[in-house]
Amino acid sequence: MQYTLSILVENQAGVLSKISGLFSRRGFNIDSLAVGVTADPKVSRITIVANGDEYVVEQLEKQLNKVIPVIKVKRLTDGEFISRELILIKVHCAPSKRSEIIKTAEIMQAKIVDASPDTVTVEYCECTNRVNTLIDMLKPYGIREIVRTGTVAIDRGTTAVSL
Amino acid sequence: MISGAEIMVKCLEAEGIKVVFGYPGATICPFYDKLYDSDIKHVLVRQEQNAAHMASGYARCSGSGKPGVCVATSGPGATNLITGIATAYTDSIPLVAITGQVKSSLLGRDVFQEADITGACEPFVKHSYIVKNTEELPRVFKEAFYIASTGRKGPVLIDIPMDIQENEIEGFTYPESVKILGYKPNTKGHAIQIKRAIEAIKASERPVIVSGGGVLLSGVKPKFQTFAERTGIPVISTMMGIGVMPSEHELYLGMLGTHGKPVANRALHEADLVIVCGARLGDRAVAKPHQMSEYNTVIHIDIDPAEIGKNVKTEIPIVGDMKNVMTMLLNEIGDYHVTRQWTETVRTWKNDMFRVPPKFEGFVEPRSLVSKLSSMLRSKAILVADVGQNQIWCANNFRIREGRFLTTGGMGTMGYSIPASIGAKLARPSRDVVVVCGDGSFQMSMNELATIAGQNLAIKIIIMRNHRLGMVRELQDFNYNCRHSATVLEGDPDFLKIAEAYGIDHAEADSNEEAEEIIKKMVKSDKPFILVCNVYPDTPSI
Repeated sequence: MQYTLSILVENQAGVLSKISGLFSRRGFNIDSLAVGVTADPKVSRITIVANGDEYVVEQLEKQLNKVIPVIKVKRLTDGEFISRELILIKVHCAPSKRSEIIKTAEIMQAKIVDASPDTVTVEYCECTNRVNTLIDMLKPYGIREIVRTGTVAIDRGTTAVSL
Repeated sequence: MISGAEIMVKCLEAEGIKVVFGYPGATICPFYDKLYDSDIKHVLVRQEQNAAHMASGYARCSGSGKPGVCVATSGPGATNLITGIATAYTDSIPLVAITGQVKSSLLGRDVFQEADITGACEPFVKHSYIVKNTEELPRVFKEAFYIASTGRKGPVLIDIPMDIQENEIEGFTYPESVKILGYKPNTKGHAIQIKRAIEAIKASERPVIVSGGGVLLSGVKPKFQTFAERTGIPVISTMMGIGVMPSEHELYLGMLGTHGKPVANRALHEADLVIVCGARLGDRAVAKPHQMSEYNTVIHIDIDPAEIGKNVKTEIPIVGDMKNVMTMLLNEIGDYHVTRQWTETVRTWKNDMFRVPPKFEGFVEPRSLVSKLSSMLRSKAILVADVGQNQIWCANNFRIREGRFLTTGGMGTMGYSIPASIGAKLARPSRDVVVVCGDGSFQMSMNELATIAGQNLAIKIIIMRNHRLGMVRELQDFNYNCRHSATVLEGDPDFLKIAEAYGIDHAEADSNEEAEEIIKKMVKSDKPFILVCNVYPDTPSI
């Protein structure tokens, strides 16, 4: 089971290592982790996507809550949040294939942000599933490099993770 | 103007700290210089790990609920503390550890005696600080003491670079309260869960209580005993919970688990309702915890929500301080009492399963001796057991009355007993403090005999000498075809000569009668004493 956690933490040195340490120490696996400051500069928000059964998620939430600089932990409900990640993909691109790749990017609503005689770089901001689809579609051309930010997520509607 | 070091001392004074345990070094010198002018007593240890154990023993016995305090210098001083800190963490003992650190400008350059101690201790502390400016010190100290002694208790580390100790700022005020956004332990106990628990208790036919260290840590012993007596529910304890009730109490069945009392394990197995009070139920307490709830309903009361459901599947979780939860349970329980049949059944098991250990000629029988020792000490005596066979002999045979049984049941750190006894004796100078350790564990912290001698503490140490690492050897007998790899203690010194070298009174016994005669004299003396008991090498743990 995959789940997404939103964690509000005090914006201070060492918090991220406390949290990532906790995952590895207790044998929980992280699929992705993204962190950034919130509207309140004293508070940062971490989004973690991870895998595990109900027991693991529950333990994880409880253990995270024990970390002193962690202010709030919320498990986002499936289907009731919007998630995005940003990806930059550098693809091999012989001149003959250029228009094909541009077309593919267009279909997926991705942007070409850089090009060289041998490569193009595609930028894409979408949910993980669509990001993976784009990667699959570009694979046949030969991928040189991929950079992903990890997922960030927010509740749909008026619900918010706040202090 | 006031220096950071002076602020540190004033913070400790503001917290009402009377004793600190430590070992100086270059980067903590500014603090030690200011401590010199303070009324706070400093106990110079012989190795930093023991400073943490002493602080643990002190915190467990002082009765104030305040954390014990230990101090070390940067680098090796700090890393030596780790085992002591980790022990306090697993055993949930409130501790504040203060370490010196290299100057802020040198941090991260691998200079002399630099170690990333906050990083290294991360898995073993409740929280840690590295102080970046002198102004922060009062807030950090206030928070550290608050965090260590509230909620689920544990160690907090404060790492303070030398320049932060030297810098001077204007004025000092100690904060009156703390404001930590992410730390608000729930102590109350949920009314609906309490109601469910009461219903489950009333509906049960064969309930038992399993009590852990949490009952002792929350200071709820009298109320806990009242609850057991009013309902007639038999009480089993974990290793850390020993002492929640007098051992001779008719409702008390003893310690559970791999090395526990058969009657305790049997009652747990046959029960239809288990009320777990402030216990983790680790693998040594319940070998297959996941199977436990297949047979019975589990009510788990703990201050730490993460403990509930971690090892044992729980039907009724109650998060809260035992003190509050016990009050609520007592208010609601009415005139419920277990059936006479259950009381009788348990009593029969208790009588049937009691046996006297066999004696070996020419040796001390340790289990009988520990049992006898109980009645030779005053009722509030503190017994400190180490780790290994000696720990099991004590856990199962020491008959506690109003005193304490100290040991590290969670971490199981060999060498704990001697330093912990020093902390205990300093916290309770008028009580009998007796250490029971093995010849292995004794040698892990015998350097602290100097601390005992230096402070002239009337601690009595009984060494059960079998020339073996008895518990590991037993494990090898059962699981490794009796191949005794590295479990024979070769090259042991003459412990009597060691005692003599430290100027400590001493004696040796080869039989229980001889040992008892010596103990009689030993308890009367106001000086430290070492009694070496020669134990038959193959004496089993239980």
